[in-house]
Amino acid sequence: MIDIQLTEEPLEISACIDWVMSPTCGGIDVFIGTVRNATKGKAVLRLEFEAYGKMALREMQKIAEEAQAKWPIEKILLHHRTGVLQVGEVPVIIAVAAAHRDAAFDACRYIIDTLKQTVPIWKKEIFEDGEVWVAAHP
Amino acid sequence: MKVNVLAFGIAKDIFGASSTEVGLAGEATVEALRTALETQYPRLKQLASFMIAVNDEYAAAGQVLTPEDEVAIIPPVSGG
Repeated sequence: MIDIQLTEEPLEISACIDWVMSPTCGGIDVFIGTVRNATKGKAVLRLEFEAYGKMALREMQKIAEEAQAKWPIEKILLHHRTGVLQVGEVPVIIAVAAAHRDAAFDACRYIIDTLKQTVPIWKKEIFEDGEVWVAAHP
Repeated sequence: MKVNVLAFGIAKDIFGASSTEVGLAGEATVEALRTALETQYPRLKQLASFMIAVNDEYAAAGQVLTPEDEVAIIPPVSGG
């Protein structure tokens, strides 16, 4: 089972974990991305996330299906938030449930790493003296 | 052919709008669109890279565009 969401609403960590819980799964691996207060020593005030919504959902679905094909995992949840996020807030949650932990760890890692490479979502870091689209320039 | 190109992230800042229109004289390939965009908006060349998406899929350079396609420029992504 796969649950993909792209939303402006705050992500609910415990609800996400509840969704992947299953009596046939002995391991749940969760990745929670949070807004850090600094980049290269420079204070970050907030982040702004923008997505190409329908393509982002499609790419997220693809990643989940690829993970399901590669590892024996039962449930995959992938939620990403858009809009303005303050320090400490959660832009992304990935939760993977599998019978055994190795598959859950490996799939979770694969999903976040691939998401960062292919899903059309962009974040802008807002500093006191300016703002930068992350990864835009070499 | 005229192509309407949707923009996100830094591409939106470079276009100064959430979309732009580009005219293609010859065969309307993704590669031709890329060249036309770079000519019209030289700042695109300063990006680490950019991709073109056609109908919600990353498109190869040789793909030919049709007037019905939804086309978008995808600057380097940074989700997560």
